[in-house]
Amino acid sequence: MDLILQQTVNAIALGGTYALLALGLAVVFSIMGLINFAHGELMTIAGYVLMYCGLAGVPFVIGAPLAVIAAMLAAVAMERIAFRPVRNSSGATMLVTSFAVAMILQVLFQNLISARSQAVVIPDFLGQSIVIGGLVIGVNKLFAIVATLVMLVLLETFMSRQKHGIAMRAAAEDFAIARLMGIRANTVISAAFALSGLLAGVAAVLWVSQRASVDPLMGFTPVLKAFIAAILGGLGSLRGAVAGGFVLGFVEVFLAAFLPAEWQEFREPIGLSLVVLMLVVRPNGLIPAATLQAQKV
Amino acid sequence: MTPLLKLQNFKLRYGAVQAVRGIDIEIRKGEIVALLGANGAGKSSTMKGIAGLEPVAEGRVLFDGRDITDLPPEEIPSAGLTLSPEGRRVFGTLTVADNLRMGAYTITDKAAIETALRRVFDLFPILEERQGQYAGTLSGGQQQMLAIGRALMCNPRLLLLDEPSLGLAPLIVEQVFALISTLRDQGVTILLVEQNVAGALAIADRAYLMASGRIIREGSAAEMRSAGAMADSYLGGH
Repeated sequence: MDLILQQTVNAIALGGTYALLALGLAVVFSIMGLINFAHGELMTIAGYVLMYCGLAGVPFVIGAPLAVIAAMLAAVAMERIAFRPVRNSSGATMLVTSFAVAMILQVLFQNLISARSQAVVIPDFLGQSIVIGGLVIGVNKLFAIVATLVMLVLLETFMSRQKHGIAMRAAAEDFAIARLMGIRANTVISAAFALSGLLAGVAAVLWVSQRASVDPLMGFTPVLKAFIAAILGGLGSLRGAVAGGFVLGFVEVFLAAFLPAEWQEFREPIGLSLVVLMLVVRPNGLIPAATLQAQKV
Repeated sequence: MTPLLKLQNFKLRYGAVQAVRGIDIEIRKGEIVALLGANGAGKSSTMKGIAGLEPVAEGRVLFDGRDITDLPPEEIPSAGLTLSPEGRRVFGTLTVADNLRMGAYTITDKAAIETALRRVFDLFPILEERQGQYAGTLSGGQQQMLAIGRALMCNPRLLLLDEPSLGLAPLIVEQVFALISTLRDQGVTILLVEQNVAGALAIADRAYLMASGRIIREGSAAEMRSAGAMADSYLGGH
């Protein structure tokens, strides 16, 4: 029983990070139909900022927000430089553009910083554990769960109560009509990227806090997972992205914990098979986006 | 008096297809002007061109003397006109109240938004009752009312209504036409695209008849109602 609870905490922590990343992908996809594979490089940028802050002796409580801000600025710059010129192109063109952006950034990291993994100074308290009701919980896990919850509540409030958040949902549903209301296309797309950068930045801080290192390809795996989570949840659906992230986190953690030792090497394919199975039952995802559903009916 | 809206040699194309082939239209303050014609005559394209949703290929759009031909759609509401689009296109995943607030997106004065909201709720009491409900759950007639209400939220001087009666039950169609008259009485000038010719001519002051991207007849509503004037274009006489 304790083991299950213990793994549940781990699953929420990992799933929460996936959820933040999947949300970032979904926010951008829902507005402009772009699957941004360079989302992972936003994480890497945030990771490097965290590393340099550590080297410069900047405390983590200042370095972490700086890393998040850097990811937001990078996301807005990415849209302005790379995606705005191809905004009205097909989904495939935009997808390939995002691969190009990802690769260019990876090469820049390798040549300007280092091809090898760099250590990141993480404050000691994140490495400690606390005991809650007989459960030993890593402070970094707790930090991840709290940060995820705060971000989800903030985002939900923004999207449902704030004028600009509601405008983003309107633009996601019907971009042309949203523009007719006076909602500026450039503003809403920039805001979507800033939001995705914010989410990638927070996810990066959580990710790096677990590993205490950063390398040029760091963003690839988590964003691939987030992409799977976004598809599982229903591409373009924000609630779906969160659901997909948590489901994927649970599947991964519980397979790692409870699969017999001789099966462990097949953990990833088994996990992905479960995801495929869920998509067979619900082809549009767990919580499909309203607009996508309408197209498919 | 300068007309409120003036189209001069207005042309619009989709690739090689000429949807509108050079039309001239004038709308004076306080009028309801109907734009009539069969499917594919270019009526909706004209509306989209005015609102900035489709680029105007040639010609001018003058609103109250100002050239708005090349304005992007997001600049149109603050210029003083709005389009209630064909097929209603309310934001189904937003509540009724949020749909209306999006209509007032360009207005920053909170009191002005509340006044506009009050006015729309007075025109459509059903929207006030349903304000917390998702727009996607409304009936077709209610969605049409929401679409018109949303377009009214920025207090436009000119309202472009594209097929407001399409797909609605006859009783609701009557209500929509009655409402359009009420709006005119409140001082809103209206350009109305309709396939329901009788309904549109009953409330319009003047009308233009389009076929194959051209204006083939224009006149007062009474003239246009007179025998035979309309039949040709619908029966393919041109």
